[in-house]
Amino acid sequence: MISADLNIILPEILLSVFAMAALVGAVYTGKDKVAPALLWATAALFLALAFWIGVTGEGTQVAFNGMFVNDGFARFAKVVILVSAAAVLLMSEGYMARRGLLRFEYPLLVTLAVVGMMMMVSAGDLMALYMGLELQSLSLYVVASLRRDSAKSTEAGLKYFVLGALSSGLLLYGASLTYGYAGTTLFSGIIQTATEGSMPVGLLIGLVMLISGLAFKVSAVPFHMWTPDVYEGSPTPVTAFFATAPKVAAMALFARVMFDAFGNATADWGQVIALLSVLSMFLGSIAAIGQRDIKRLMAYSSIAHMGYALMGLAAGTELGVQAMLIYMAIYVTMNVGTFAFILSMERDGQPVTDIESLGMYSTKEPGKALAMLVLLFSLAGVPPLVGFFGKFYVLRAAYEGGLAWLAVAGVVASVIGAFYYLRIVFYMYFGEDREDALDGGKSPVLWGFLMVSAVIMVVGVVNLFGIEGAAQAAAATLVN
Amino acid sequence: MESIILFGPLVGALIAGFGWKLTGIRGAQWISTGLLFLACAFSWIVFFTHGPETQHIQVMRWIESGTLSTDWSIRLDRLTSIMLIVVTTVSALVHLYSFGYMAHDSQFREGEESYKPRFFAYLSFFTFAMLMLVTSDNLVQMFFGWEGVGVASYLLIGFYYRKPSANAAAIKAFVVNRVGDFGFALGIFAIFFLTDSVRFDDIFAAAPALAETQMTFLWRSWNAAEVVALLLFVGAMGKSAQLFLHTWLPDAMEGPTPVSALIHAATMVTAGVFLVCRMSPIMEFAPNATTFITFLGASTAFVAATIGLVQNDIKRVIAYSTMSQLGYMFVAAGVGVYSVAMFHLFTHAFFKAMLFLGAGSVIHGMHHEQDMRNYGGLRKKLPMTFWAMMIGTLAITGVGIPLTHIGFAGFLSKDAVIESAFAGTQGGYAFWMLVIAALFTSFYSWRLMFLTFFGKPRGDKHTHEHAHESPTIMLVPLGVLALGAVFSGMIWYGSFFGDHDKVNAFFGIPGAHAEAAEHGAPADAGLGDDHAEADAAHADTADAGDHAAVAGDHAVAAPGAGAIYMGADNHVMDDAHHAPTWVKVSPFIAMLIGFVTAYWFYIVNPKLPVKLAEGQRPLYLFLLNKWYFDEIYDFLFVRPAKALGRILWKGGDEAIIKGGLNGIALGIVPFFTRLAGRAQSGYIFTYAFAMVIGIAVFITWMTLSGGAH
Repeated sequence: MISADLNIILPEILLSVFAMAALVGAVYTGKDKVAPALLWATAALFLALAFWIGVTGEGTQVAFNGMFVNDGFARFAKVVILVSAAAVLLMSEGYMARRGLLRFEYPLLVTLAVVGMMMMVSAGDLMALYMGLELQSLSLYVVASLRRDSAKSTEAGLKYFVLGALSSGLLLYGASLTYGYAGTTLFSGIIQTATEGSMPVGLLIGLVMLISGLAFKVSAVPFHMWTPDVYEGSPTPVTAFFATAPKVAAMALFARVMFDAFGNATADWGQVIALLSVLSMFLGSIAAIGQRDIKRLMAYSSIAHMGYALMGLAAGTELGVQAMLIYMAIYVTMNVGTFAFILSMERDGQPVTDIESLGMYSTKEPGKALAMLVLLFSLAGVPPLVGFFGKFYVLRAAYEGGLAWLAVAGVVASVIGAFYYLRIVFYMYFGEDREDALDGGKSPVLWGFLMVSAVIMVVGVVNLFGIEGAAQAAAATLVN
Repeated sequence: MESIILFGPLVGALIAGFGWKLTGIRGAQWISTGLLFLACAFSWIVFFTHGPETQHIQVMRWIESGTLSTDWSIRLDRLTSIMLIVVTTVSALVHLYSFGYMAHDSQFREGEESYKPRFFAYLSFFTFAMLMLVTSDNLVQMFFGWEGVGVASYLLIGFYYRKPSANAAAIKAFVVNRVGDFGFALGIFAIFFLTDSVRFDDIFAAAPALAETQMTFLWRSWNAAEVVALLLFVGAMGKSAQLFLHTWLPDAMEGPTPVSALIHAATMVTAGVFLVCRMSPIMEFAPNATTFITFLGASTAFVAATIGLVQNDIKRVIAYSTMSQLGYMFVAAGVGVYSVAMFHLFTHAFFKAMLFLGAGSVIHGMHHEQDMRNYGGLRKKLPMTFWAMMIGTLAITGVGIPLTHIGFAGFLSKDAVIESAFAGTQGGYAFWMLVIAALFTSFYSWRLMFLTFFGKPRGDKHTHEHAHESPTIMLVPLGVLALGAVFSGMIWYGSFFGDHDKVNAFFGIPGAHAEAAEHGAPADAGLGDDHAEADAAHADTADAGDHAAVAGDHAVAAPGAGAIYMGADNHVMDDAHHAPTWVKVSPFIAMLIGFVTAYWFYIVNPKLPVKLAEGQRPLYLFLLNKWYFDEIYDFLFVRPAKALGRILWKGGDEAIIKGGLNGIALGIVPFFTRLAGRAQSGYIFTYAFAMVIGIAVFITWMTLSGGAH
């Protein structure tokens, strides 16, 4: 029996063993000298696992008496997490190496975070949920303050840690309330108690607490405050990582808890999530307008995007989950490209994050400027780029889920949000050519990621690379 | 071959419009002109070789949507082949003529701006659209061509885009035509609603049923055939510049003269007449609508002729003459003699194109002076042009030998129209209007001739000294058109009007009707039954004939069997043949009176017109200002529309939309942006506080909103 269970969590075990073995191995061998090799190996392992999980694995398998669920939904999320984590790792090598940040712990911490994320999306029990969440979070706290000699980086890590602890406390409190009223920590048990219209008040409060804890992880308003500071303070590759894989994992976990544990009370949590969604969309769009630092700007951008993804969840339907998964996949793809561009923003070898320094960038690097333009338009949701279809899906899901007002609010927010994306385009094409303007970064890896991402935004409109079908299958296993 | 006729001009337009940098300006001109001549040659071949039967040539499938199914195909019958030669001949000659006319244009900077390929591309594109219109096999395809010529006409009228008046005229033409097109579109919708098809064959077959159908339109129940016929005629009114929708045509003279000749005289404006003839099976079942067509056509002929009497711009005189002649055509169609409408359309194309090209030649020779008061005595300076204009004038005024079939083209066709009008209205309103219009036509046409070519030179001496004959390339088209103006009437008189059997053979109308009608069989008896029987037998025309013989009664060909359709009780053409002699000579006498008056006014006693104008000043001003149509429309439609536009612009757009959006975008959003920036203090306790407040709000809301028990 135990061997069957272990077989189901084999990918997670493999990754954990790899992380520990590599840790010990690196300490006893070249330490930071082996870091590049380790980074490439880790990325390769991520991709191999992603391929393995994507290709094999059928149906729903349950391990450890329901604590761990390996279904289509989990697999979809895991593939997105692994691929995006691999992409970010590969992008970060050059940047980290040049600044002396490429320590051998970095890929290993990322690996452990990824293990945590994989646990999260497969959680079938509040205990498993918390275990995965904390594994991920602790790794991320450390990664955030990877640059130990920078006040900003350490401040970012500390802030993230303190607020993360607060949110974990809320989550735990919610979990214990839920356990108290449901009598079990298994999702499949909670769902028996938590039915529409007849939920005990304690369970309801527990639900709100759980939602709040999860909302912190996806950085939804009003639990978003850490995001801009941490995004700004962390080294840029770490910011890129924060903006991609953990968001997918947290969003998937959110959906998992809501549907598996509280699937009979969609109206109850739907309204809370709708409120989170609309607040996030508007705050993300409005606050970003005031930002000059592109990393802070991307932080608000990610807050707004999480609002859109939550809109799909708020619909409480299978279509909504499908829309959310599509949205997240598209969002991650766009962000990888955008951060590839941000990583290449430098002058005299120093990273620059001021958006005004992009003045007339198009004359120096027409190809990169055009790719960035495509990505920004896609982020803003301008048709016919892929980003538009992501928004279209969630808006449709919200509308068909009876949340027309939310869809309208989403459209209004996206109009406001378009402003700051377009302003970057404005600087690149019509801005002033300042003296402290950027010199073009010359990293072929970053260039490749940027271009591929931009091309996907254009070519993907044909059929979104078939992601619709995969997302639908994944959503079907979650909502039934 | 038919496809080459149709698409040759399109290819020419594309090459001249987009490829002239490769072919060179000369090359673009010659390619488009060459393709047009090719199309023209093929059209004549088709006209002579293709019999009267209807042929469908499928080009491609176009629209498939529910029950709406539209092919892109050519309907080749006599109507089409007549229009093909009219359109391609005039167009080819106008292309050729434009080589000379457009050689130097003061509106454009010579050598810097390549306006010539653009002009030829527009001309060819127009020709393609017109061919599309006349060859269409269904209403949607026809509408495509209809709008295509509208666009081309807009582009060509506004060709001198630096002239504000040309731009205004182009917009006016477009907008007025939209009014008509709205009616046409409604007609198409009504037909599709009633018959579930837009194909001509289906529509014609359903025409008898339409006459029995009632439909609700504008809160009332009407006869379906009447509504459809009237709506289609509204479309025709716009395109053919009939009264109330005519104001654009005179203004359209702002375009270059070859354009006026091609579009605003010979081809495009005849689209409305063609539409009415093409839809003859419907028109025949809508007696009230056709009465209206007759009435409006006659009124148009009269009104336009009166305005033409006093205009001073040479092109405007001819423009009003065009409008007047279109009225003639509609009268013929309205009384049910569609072949005569086509006949007049056919002959008119030749002499009107010639008059316009001749006028263009005069204008060209006189350095773009268009006011006839500044002409005079040009006979010597422009001999070839003079003779061409003379032939055109003889044709339009209808010179010929009365009571014979010998005369200029206009003599035969105009007399045929007037006789038909007499027969169709029993000598009523339409007949008298047309006769008076014929008198006026003669007067203003001769006035034009006398003012331009006779008398003493007036106006700028310098211009007169430098007046010169046009180059050969402009005179050749005049010569060719002269042939048509002289002979086209005599050659085809029998086929269009003179001999009933020939008409039937020419248009492919099954014979039974003709015999029956000639024998004067009781037409009214048992009409409905006849339709039913004829419908049953209509598949084979010979069958229908047999059927009639066997039944001993007269039978009617089914609608749509020939190119045009004349109802069972439609004997207007035969009655016209037997019109009293005084009717037959009346147009000739009117012509003579007009000629003599013009001669008296402008040769013998040139002071008289001035005195008369002063003596009858109100009437003179009334005519000079075109019956104040423009002023009335300006007051009734243009100004209210502008006022409404201003309200929506200033109040709706500027104040509410722009003000609101700018208020939000520049006032409210930045306020919240600043607020959000302040909230992001950087202190952990602020952040934690926000989270706690958030949770408190959520829990309160959840407990109060009643999810819990």
